[in-house]
Amino acid sequence: MNKRLTLIFPVLVITIFVFSALFAPSLAPYSPSEQSLCAGLSKPNLSHPLGQDKLGRDLLSMMLYGARVSLIVGLTVVLISAFIGFLLGAIAGTFGGIVDQIIMRLVDLLMAFPGILLAIALSAILGPGLGNVIFALSLLGWVGYARLVRAQVLVEREKAYFESAKALGARSSRIIFKHLSPNLIAPVLVQASFGIAGAILAEASLSFLGLGTQGTPSFGSLLSHGINFLRTAPHLTIFPGLAVFLLVISFNLLGDFLTDYLRVGEKNK
Amino acid sequence: MRAYLLKRLFWFFPILLGITLLVFFFIHLIPGDPALLLLGESARPAQIEKLRENLHLNEPIYIQLGFFFSDLLSGKMSSIFYQKPVFSVIFPKLLNTFQLALFAMLIAIIIALPLGILSAIKKNSKLDFLARIFSLLGVSIPNFWLGPLLILFFSIWLGLLPVSGKDGLKHLILPALTLGMAMAGFLSRISRASMLEVLNSPYLKSARARGLSEHKVILKHALKNALIPILTVIGLQFGALLSGAVITETIFAWPGVGRLLINAIFTRDFPLVQACVLVIAVSYLTINLLVDIAYALIDARVRYWREK
Repeated sequence: MNKRLTLIFPVLVITIFVFSALFAPSLAPYSPSEQSLCAGLSKPNLSHPLGQDKLGRDLLSMMLYGARVSLIVGLTVVLISAFIGFLLGAIAGTFGGIVDQIIMRLVDLLMAFPGILLAIALSAILGPGLGNVIFALSLLGWVGYARLVRAQVLVEREKAYFESAKALGARSSRIIFKHLSPNLIAPVLVQASFGIAGAILAEASLSFLGLGTQGTPSFGSLLSHGINFLRTAPHLTIFPGLAVFLLVISFNLLGDFLTDYLRVGEKNK
Repeated sequence: MRAYLLKRLFWFFPILLGITLLVFFFIHLIPGDPALLLLGESARPAQIEKLRENLHLNEPIYIQLGFFFSDLLSGKMSSIFYQKPVFSVIFPKLLNTFQLALFAMLIAIIIALPLGILSAIKKNSKLDFLARIFSLLGVSIPNFWLGPLLILFFSIWLGLLPVSGKDGLKHLILPALTLGMAMAGFLSRISRASMLEVLNSPYLKSARARGLSEHKVILKHALKNALIPILTVIGLQFGALLSGAVITETIFAWPGVGRLLINAIFTRDFPLVQACVLVIAVSYLTINLLVDIAYALIDARVRYWREK
């Protein structure tokens, strides 16, 4: 695939979404909660480019605010997961022994659980809400990073700089943050890109099932509402789904590009 | 081989126990009184007390855990909504989910396997480009969007297939296609990578050097070896299909365990939620174990590497 295209397309799409999310109040032509019952289920037209929902709310305005939810969840979940996963993976790899065993068995346990299922169960129990969705997804998200970082640390441990730092009496925290971190950034960055796509998809899935955010429109909840009017107003399903698809494919493409660019996987060979 | 099998089985049970404990503690994550939350604010105190007794919530946590295990193992765990043992509610639905997942897997294999393999053989061709686009679309398209799009196209516009429900093969096509598409994307990527690795291996070069035709090299030598990791991925993905079925079943009103789980969540039937989560997770874990063992039986390198 054209390498330049695999970078330009995702960067362009992500920039548009980030811009829309940041400036949603200025860009949205209407308030996302402004109703116009007599214009309910209107098809796309000049004053409402993406049409209106059953209550006559402007779909474009709701989607601009929906982009906020997707990006907030995607970025926050990845930041929390990567931080926890990095820390635990580095500790497991650096110390080894019983600490490694405990952390890795916990990783095995959580990995043995189908991810979305645990997120559904947790969201069902904690109740809908942005914070709960982020909590549920982060609680599961860190395991992938922990396994990746531990594997990388095991490779780095054999290298001379690690041995030298240890021989010079450097503390474990110094070895992890000062010496190991720079060598672990590339694989974590690649995983984070795929992780954002996964978190956006998971949040939209939870919202679609009615277990995600409430109050603020999100792509998943818009789609879930739209599916009831598939016959009469297909635009209510097509546009929010397209937005999730574009975001997910962009972060996946970015992850592919970063894998090639940073040559993750080859360095360890 | 025996050591590997024992080791794999040895880890299966602690993880199974861990999953069961996790499911048990779910209910204790609820802030406040779970009984009040399950019944709602309008519930009478007597109703709340009865539910607390039924769920053994008045007992210390270790006694509750004991009751949970004994109810689970004796099959006494009851659904609040259906008023009958949870497993008698779940098992008929689980069969429907298995049927859907099997059909989805079949569709994914039919599409992805030839596509991935041909894409590797014709590397950097137009076919390869299209196959990679398909694979990217497959893994990126959300099934909660693909499902409604398929309904829109095949059911509403063309009128060829039913919108939802379960009544024969026609009802199975759209949900299976929706569920199988992500797996098809992933499988096509794995098939391509696996075939490329085999095609570049020294023994194929030596087969070609011995004068074997390209056709024979691919069919007789490359395909056989490339299939081993592909079959493993197929097995592992089958487990993932079971949990992925939650959304597909909700869209198409397919009477499977995923839809049952979502309904149980909204009727606040927590014993049924716990049982559904447990059944799906245990099925997933068991399938993964069987695939792992089968893989070790087929490929001696796995045994050697993992036993080390």
